Amino acid sequence: MSRIRKEADLATAAKTREAKAEAHVRVRRARTADMAKVIALDARITELPKPDYWTDVFRRYGKQRLNERFFLVAESRADKSNTQLLGFIIGEVRAWEFGSTPCGWVFALSVDPNARLHGTGRALLDAISVEFKKAGVNKMRTMVARDTLLQMLFFRSEGMMAGPYIQLEKDLE
Amino acid sequence: MRLQISTQLAIFAVLELAAREGQQLSVADIGEKYGVSSHHLAKVMHVMGRAGLVRSVRGAGGGYQLAGNARRTTLLDVVQLFEDPNSVEADGGTADATAEGQALRRVLSEIDDISRATLGSITIATMRKLVDRTDKSSRANTASKRG
Repeated sequence: MSRIRKEADLATAAKTREAKAEAHVRVRRARTADMAKVIALDARITELPKPDYWTDVFRRYGKQRLNERFFLVAESRADKSNTQLLGFIIGEVRAWEFGSTPCGWVFALSVDPNARLHGTGRALLDAISVEFKKAGVNKMRTMVARDTLLQMLFFRSEGMMAGPYIQLEKDLE
Repeated sequence: MRLQISTQLAIFAVLELAAREGQQLSVADIGEKYGVSSHHLAKVMHVMGRAGLVRSVRGAGGGYQLAGNARRTTLLDVVQLFEDPNSVEADGGTADATAEGQALRRVLSEIDDISRATLGSITIATMRKLVDRTDKSSRANTASKRG
């Protein structure tokens, strides 16, 4: 089999696998019982355990002003007796910062490396989009480091484009 | 940022081929849609063929097929075959060594970084989705104007 044919077949197989896997992902609001898994997943990905930070984030985004704050988790529903946390997403409706009309702001998205390329990220982003729309906004924003290719490719593939704001910074002397 | 005609044609050709995975298209088919000569397009396809992005299929009904994976090939992969995406450069010779020259270089480098990050993060598959969305939206606009 030629390399070209093989690559095309692999791409088709990946699409099928992704569609099947997506059907096995369930997204719901985070619960207190999820937090140990969220903290462990973040520590595994960032190699920087920060339980206090996540406990505080959950207190603010998982328990307060739930009509405009969303802390969602994705879990596998393939095996109901042993549900596995596949990832999480956090966002909120932000308004009037720098003159912006209200928009949905995603500030955290994390997917278990073993669950990537299986539609988990898309399921999380779709779920939070639905919540934002229910909250009355029609624009979703996020911020990505331009050298993190994986995240850039993901958000672009989900239809996100550069917005009207540009991030500026300076060294403090 | 302005792309050269060859670069634009290369992107259009790859998008056409990606829309018809497994099928082949002749340069005449693609050229007709974009109003360009088959001769010019053939040169562009030759460059992309050498880079492994497309492959030619010989014989009756022959043409070109997409050879790469549309979900992995980015706009940057196509653009850099035809031009230097870091084309916004100061060329001041000795002026480059001055503080003014270096300050200007920092600004131009910021533009380069953003261009590369944009082109390098948009795959052909993502572009296809964008084309489909744009098409859908312009049809909806046309329909609403008629209605």
